[in-house]
Amino acid sequence: MTSPASSAPWGSAPDSAASEGSAPAPAADRPGGARLDVRGLRKVYPGSGKSGGGSGAPVEAIADLTFEVRPGELVCVVGPSGAGKTTLLRCMAGLLPATSGEVVLGESAITGPPEGMAVVLQEYGRSLFPWMTVAQNVELPLKEKGVPKRRRAELVRDTLAAVGLGDVAGAYPWQLSGGMQQRVAIARAAAYEPRVLLMDEPFAAVDAQTRFDLEDLVRALWKRLGITVVFVTHDIDEAIYLGERVLVLSARPTVVLEDVEVGLGPDRDQLGTRGTAEFARLRTHVYELVQQAKQGVRSLAEARLTHAVGGSDA
Amino acid sequence: MSGPAPAVRAGAGVGRVLRSGLLVLGLPAVLLTAWWVLTDGSTSYFNPPLRTIVGTFGETWFGSPFAESRFVQDVIPSVLRLLAGYGIALVAGIVLGVAIGSSRALRAYAEPVLEFFRAIPPPVMVPILMLFLGIGTSMKIVVIATGCLWPILLNTVEGVRGLDPVLRDTARAYRLGRVATVRHLVLRGASPQIVTGARQALSIGIILMVISEMFAAKDGLGFSIVQFQRSFAIPEMWSGVILLGVVGVLLSLVFRAVTNAVLSWYLGYRQSQHGGA
Repeated sequence: MTSPASSAPWGSAPDSAASEGSAPAPAADRPGGARLDVRGLRKVYPGSGKSGGGSGAPVEAIADLTFEVRPGELVCVVGPSGAGKTTLLRCMAGLLPATSGEVVLGESAITGPPEGMAVVLQEYGRSLFPWMTVAQNVELPLKEKGVPKRRRAELVRDTLAAVGLGDVAGAYPWQLSGGMQQRVAIARAAAYEPRVLLMDEPFAAVDAQTRFDLEDLVRALWKRLGITVVFVTHDIDEAIYLGERVLVLSARPTVVLEDVEVGLGPDRDQLGTRGTAEFARLRTHVYELVQQAKQGVRSLAEARLTHAVGGSDA
Repeated sequence: MSGPAPAVRAGAGVGRVLRSGLLVLGLPAVLLTAWWVLTDGSTSYFNPPLRTIVGTFGETWFGSPFAESRFVQDVIPSVLRLLAGYGIALVAGIVLGVAIGSSRALRAYAEPVLEFFRAIPPPVMVPILMLFLGIGTSMKIVVIATGCLWPILLNTVEGVRGLDPVLRDTARAYRLGRVATVRHLVLRGASPQIVTGARQALSIGIILMVISEMFAAKDGLGFSIVQFQRSFAIPEMWSGVILLGVVGVLLSLVFRAVTNAVLSWYLGYRQSQHGGA
């Protein structure tokens, strides 16, 4: 099984070659990653008191979230639907002001979209500029960042090649399939050379096979660039396959239910990794947690888990 | 027919061009022929044969010397005033529209007033503006500009307001500056609506070009037509009406060419949104 991702120049391939055990230390060359701290984050959407539409009462989306993402780490965030995952991500991206608490990138608290952060959103069809070609979409943020022209051309070419889209640079995004459009969005984020990459359910709207390819692409990209990645998803398998850690969120108003370490090693491949006992154990555990979260459980102590966490049950 | 495939396809292409040409020109040809035939024996003073009208056309508008012909003395000043007023409306409408469309507060503040001004038929402004600006060129340009402004302004506001919030977030997340955001996101994203407004404004502009000259003027296409009518130069009057139509068609052809260049992405995009691709 050869995915387009692994045929890309960034060939620290997630499948066969790499998993045969040379095990390159993932933390070896990671100048790029920045630390991300979420401290006591709370978000309440004010009720629409006067203006009619919707319920008048304020909605507490996030109750109290505190966690840290270490430099160069890939952390996945899962939770039941409506758990405020997107709200969290928008707060982290500086697109939405928190009601209280703070998000700290590196040394400084985020008040607006910070430097050195890129985002990939779920709605690939709506996050690319339809009046620009694929290459122009990737180039625009670089222009704004003041990257010299020659370097821009290089970055655009390299990142598009890396996501397997070298041949459609001149096409418009809407001429491409959903999976390809999301690759463009990923290429735009990678070309931006961020220190932190936030991804909000980026593969929720692409078909299952494409999703596997894109997951491998994200792992390869992360390894290659050494950046910090926060990946929000509702897909438990995806979270475990991708993450070094998985944060399981409660239902709204959101708190962290558990911070699960994923002991699957640095090299993963779709067939092997998903077939391991550890993967199955983690999957069962996180699945149960999410089920409990749906029923309103708000702490690990409250959760009634029928499968032992120790894990010979899988 | 057993010719090689490309030749067959080329033949089909020529056929298609011919057919679309027939479609475009068919109805005008029928109407002109009907006009020609039905009026050919006409002895009515006010409804002369088309033959007579066409006969006077050349000498009425393109008489020699060319520099003193009505085309140079009347038609070109009219069109220049139209373009000036239209241009002012385009710039003002887009600038104000982007400002109002981008700010919820400004919109709430300005919208009722805009709706009021939009509801006033633009020709009514002619007598009022005459009081302030006299009957010169500036009055006519202002009349055209004020009439053209509203459709452009209101459509721009709608277009800017309708920008996809996901695209806005994307622009913010990648820290696009204010200028880049307006240039690459707001103007391009609102361009389909801006073009719609500009198209409505163009036909309003042509109407106002003529009307502003009918009240009081010393040159212009509308002025000439009224002058012919008052001096009972009926075939010349009719030829002026035809010329007016031709000017309108030419302007809309230019408009369409510009539109196609600006919105080349839009057609394909819309098709793909409707599940076509």
